[in-house]
Amino acid sequence: MFISPLKSSRRVALSIAVSGALALGLATTAQAQVDTGKSAISAVSKQMNVPVNGTFKKFTASVDFDPAKPAAGKAQFSVDVASYDLGDESFNKEVRAKEWFDAATFPNATFVSTSIAAAGPGTYSVSGKLTIKGKSSNVVVPVTFKQDGANQIFDGVLPIKRLQFDIGQGEWKDTSVVADDVQLKFHIVAAAKK
Amino acid sequence: MTDFKSSAAGGRYTGTAIMLHWLIAVLIIGGFWLGWVMTDIPGLTPTKLRYYSWHKWIGVTVFALAWLRVLWRLSHPAPPLPAGMPALQRLVSNAVHGLLYVLMIAIPASGYLYSSAAGVQVVYLGILPLPTLIGPDQQLKVILRLTHICLNYALLGLFVLHLLGVVKHTLIDRDGLLARMIPFLR
Repeated sequence: MFISPLKSSRRVALSIAVSGALALGLATTAQAQVDTGKSAISAVSKQMNVPVNGTFKKFTASVDFDPAKPAAGKAQFSVDVASYDLGDESFNKEVRAKEWFDAATFPNATFVSTSIAAAGPGTYSVSGKLTIKGKSSNVVVPVTFKQDGANQIFDGVLPIKRLQFDIGQGEWKDTSVVADDVQLKFHIVAAAKK
Repeated sequence: MTDFKSSAAGGRYTGTAIMLHWLIAVLIIGGFWLGWVMTDIPGLTPTKLRYYSWHKWIGVTVFALAWLRVLWRLSHPAPPLPAGMPALQRLVSNAVHGLLYVLMIAIPASGYLYSSAAGVQVVYLGILPLPTLIGPDQQLKVILRLTHICLNYALLGLFVLHLLGVVKHTLIDRDGLLARMIPFLR
């Protein structure tokens, strides 16, 4: 379970921890263990048309998915936005600031699925609530699924608009420098618990 | 007054060489100034990011034009230096010009590689994505940054020598050497 090192964020972290625990408690069936070492979540933005890739080094995720019964599936993610790594500490520090992620106030971005439907061979539409910087939005995430031995592998890209979540305020609202379109990419490897 | 048209050196650079010289000169001065200003902006601001992109686009342009200029120079020799010029002055003149050519290519190249090492692709004019020749590399990034800065100070030094040459030939020698590189004289 994620524990925020930031004092001011304790209450938020606690509430997320509680809701996370509830979600885990509800999913009493074969819960898959997400291997965060093999999984990756990244956000690709465009700065003056230059693709800028950053990865979230810390996140927790729980996935409960049976391809035979997709509708019964559940997925939940909690991403530590302060762990966003652009490969340069001065940039990382900037995006943690109030105008961007405001990581001190909103330490986690979350996604909680509400329904999963088959969308084609090996592809599924995962509907759910995406919350970033305290702003929630209902999204439908296209996900491809692959069974690799005992592992379940999920891949997908979710295009979002950063300004919808107040990511980049003040002078950063100017989308001619940093585009509004951001792609959230994920590669999730989950091992079924025995 | 110096009569620029009757250059003692005889002959002028070709129109293409003159155009490339001044075009590259303007781009280098603009790119150098942007580089100076942008690195002085604290933190991260949209203006800073914009300047960085413009700086890189200028660099890529200079790099391409510099190669064109080298090819042009190889196929169209420069007009000869004044006949009575001492050997040492010829050596200095050739060395400064040679090094300026080297830096016109080496400075954009070092900056480009620095950007690659920093994990930032160059998208020329925001339209054409150029290949990242090396992957993100923290150690190389530090080395390339220092290289880019040092080469630029070398360029600044050579630029001053270049200008001192102009001053010497115009005010002291009064040999009208500058006319070889002044556009629209003929």
